[in-house]
Amino acid sequence: MGSTRLPYLLLLPSVLFLGVFFLYPFALVAWEAFNRDGTPTLAHFQTMASHWKFGTALTNTLLLAAVVVPIQLGLALAMAVLVTRMTRGRDMALYVFTIPLGISDLAAGIIWLAIFEQTGFLNSMLQAVGAVDGPRIWLGYQDKATIFLAVVLAEVWRATAIMLVILVAGMGLIPKEYKEAAEVFGASPWQRFTRVTLPLLRPSLQTALILRTILALEVFAVVSALGGTNLPVLMSETYVWQFDLQDRHVAAAYAMVILGISIAFTLIILRVLHVPKEART
Amino acid sequence: MTREPAHRRRARQLTMALVILLGAWVLVPIYLLVVNSLSSPAEVNGFPKSFVPSFDTGSLGFFLGFAGVTRALLNSVLVAALTMVLSIGLGAPAGYALSRFEFPGKSSYRLLVLMTRAFPLPLLALPLAVLFIRTGLDDSILGLALVHTSLALPFAILITYSLFSGIPLELEEAAWTLGCTRLQAFRKVILPLVLPGITASAIFAFVISWNEVFAASVLTIQNRTLTAFLLQSLDVSPMPLKFAGGFVLVLPALIFIFAVRRYLFAMWGIANR
Amino acid sequence: MAVIEIKSVAKSFGSFTALHSVDLAIADREFMVLLGASGCGKTTLLRMIAGLETPSEGEIWIGGRRVDHLPPRERGIAMVFQNYAVFPHLTVYENIAFGLRMKKLPQAEVDRRVTRTAELMHIEQLLKRYSGQLSGGQRQRVAVARALAMEPDVILMDEPLSNLDALLRLEMRAELKGVLAASKTTTIYVTHDQVEAMSLADRISVMHQGRIIQSASPIEVYRDPAARFVGSFIGNPPMNFLPARRVGPGDWQVAGLALSGPSTDADEADFAIRPEDLSLADAGLPAEVRVVEPLGPHVLVTCDVAGHAFRAILDNETRAAPGDRLSLAPLPGRARWFDRTTQRALSA
Repeated sequence: MGSTRLPYLLLLPSVLFLGVFFLYPFALVAWEAFNRDGTPTLAHFQTMASHWKFGTALTNTLLLAAVVVPIQLGLALAMAVLVTRMTRGRDMALYVFTIPLGISDLAAGIIWLAIFEQTGFLNSMLQAVGAVDGPRIWLGYQDKATIFLAVVLAEVWRATAIMLVILVAGMGLIPKEYKEAAEVFGASPWQRFTRVTLPLLRPSLQTALILRTILALEVFAVVSALGGTNLPVLMSETYVWQFDLQDRHVAAAYAMVILGISIAFTLIILRVLHVPKEART
Repeated sequence: MTREPAHRRRARQLTMALVILLGAWVLVPIYLLVVNSLSSPAEVNGFPKSFVPSFDTGSLGFFLGFAGVTRALLNSVLVAALTMVLSIGLGAPAGYALSRFEFPGKSSYRLLVLMTRAFPLPLLALPLAVLFIRTGLDDSILGLALVHTSLALPFAILITYSLFSGIPLELEEAAWTLGCTRLQAFRKVILPLVLPGITASAIFAFVISWNEVFAASVLTIQNRTLTAFLLQSLDVSPMPLKFAGGFVLVLPALIFIFAVRRYLFAMWGIANR
Repeated sequence: MAVIEIKSVAKSFGSFTALHSVDLAIADREFMVLLGASGCGKTTLLRMIAGLETPSEGEIWIGGRRVDHLPPRERGIAMVFQNYAVFPHLTVYENIAFGLRMKKLPQAEVDRRVTRTAELMHIEQLLKRYSGQLSGGQRQRVAVARALAMEPDVILMDEPLSNLDALLRLEMRAELKGVLAASKTTTIYVTHDQVEAMSLADRISVMHQGRIIQSASPIEVYRDPAARFVGSFIGNPPMNFLPARRVGPGDWQVAGLALSGPSTDADEADFAIRPEDLSLADAGLPAEVRVVEPLGPHVLVTCDVAGHAFRAILDNETRAAPGDRLSLAPLPGRARWFDRTTQRALSA
């Protein structure tokens, strides 16, 4: 039917919405970050960078992403492969593995707090086996390393599911014949995985990595729940500048930094895992 | 019956063992939260802890009776419901258009939608906080729902796009040749077929809003959602309150994920492309 | 009364031209088959008649009414789709009744028509089932019944049998022919299967690269291809072609054999003969046997004639082996000639 206007009419509401609530606020954020009283300036970035917590927050955020994302990738791939090898109970296993998908980062932080807090389950267990005499403090202000470890565990626990879902869906799109062909030509299971599955999975790997990396850079509530202000990250500093220090320009500058790093990582992942058009199935 | 070769059996047992191990990795922390929530406040603060709950509703009662909690719960539900309606209402027509038409500008539109993924969306809340004060949307259910919609909308568009794409155009064309207008064909043929999937993506939008912390904390002061309430009282609130709150936060998510599990993989498979 | 007239209809998708200015008139109650390879434009033409595509140029008339800008529901057509398009959320009964309900016919009439067409298509015992509980063949029957129940002026069919297995296709083909002849509607049927086209059509329109090359009765299309393409497309195996050189008025030399042919001024032409129109004779085309394939009723011999591949269908008692030399004579009156440049048929 020759309705040329219809698709535009159908898209219009979402375009308007994204314009007002996505493009426009980002323009505003950029403007707030780069101006003072209407004149362009980098002063807010200087304020941000000269604050003693900026370096720590940046390092912590990048370090967390660098530790968490690769572990999640490995774990998600392992889960996906295990699940595809199962004959019985496959749906059950998938459901269990994807449960954390519905759990917010705040709830995940609280869940791991129940384990790591002073009177928590970790200490209870250590006590039961006689490894400690009394409750040990794991998340105190001097325990940066254990806070970091707890955050890594909570993040890996919570957000591996999203990668798993993307990878399992991606594996479902790979026709079985490829693997069977590789098997007929004498490839071992490991070779089939590295030479057939992984290369064909590249588009899904790309999506999963981009999504996860960006979310890892936005880490916030888990850190707040487990470390309070003891482990500053970029997102929590943004929050602090917006509310406690009441300087939305510096908060906006933080937002630009997070945005910049996100875009940089997205471009890197796109480049590294580039799939040439001709090689797509 | 032929006997399974020994190496096959060992491989299968190893697979099962690993799956159970990973399942435990996922389930045990949730179980521990449940233990805490179903214990009395004294037990939660006590040491060492028991690994089985005493099924005492003290903590949950304390949490639900705490000032502002019922209000926060209600706010969370309202914001999430509004987000659900807005993102499906705006996203489904776009998903339909993408699945059924070829038109100039289609790739730019898809780029816009995909672009939202590369941005840390909760940060939108910062400039919008100022904007909302000017327009009177500050500290309101609607204001927060709008921000959550910008979070959920790209997913709604991509998921409904995949749902509509899964319905052969032929069915719609058949309805046209049998006397339907475009709208009638949509109502009588397409809608009944996509409804379960649309429900799943609506639930997905609900969960996205229900779980969101940053924007909710930035944009609400009096009208806090549950996440904002819990975050802001993290430093001050007693342990039983935190754990019971965490439990209430997790519970609907578990149910929702169970409800949409059939669609999870199909949705993501196509949202990938 | 539903005469269909297609007047200078063209369709392009961006820079790709799917159909170049097609003219075609289809008589009332005629069974017209659009035949061609995939991408020839036959489905595009059918979809424009249905109203599922809009022509870039030209006019479409159905029953004396110009319809090219009307939506499908106002054209008085019904369509059977390649994948049947049986609505999965409705029972067979409701599928067949779907269009009737859209017309707001009274329930008694809906009942009557559904029952009648279901009986006609032998699916009356399936009325309560859903599409998921049906086999491919049964879905096909539902799709046809749904179209017939509309009592349309025109039934359009887009490769309706292509998804059935060979035996079922044969059965449905015969049944469709009977049912559609009885229904007295005009039928336009798209297929890439020449046997289907031959068996069903009153008239076949052979399409190639967005043009109708020939519209004629099945036997005419087979016997007298209007263009070299038609001869090479229809028939299995297709026509043999050999270059011919003119040696005198109406006298031609083909691979050393003198033949009388068309009187034309051109010095060169293409000689064409169907494989079954050859016989072993002393004076014939010199052929060296390459492959011998016994097919039961006859034997298919692939040879080399003056450097060209050349097939002959011979009696099944013919003794031939690769390397043998045969002499193949065209049966009288069966040779055809084509212009070298225009590729159109030359009258002998």
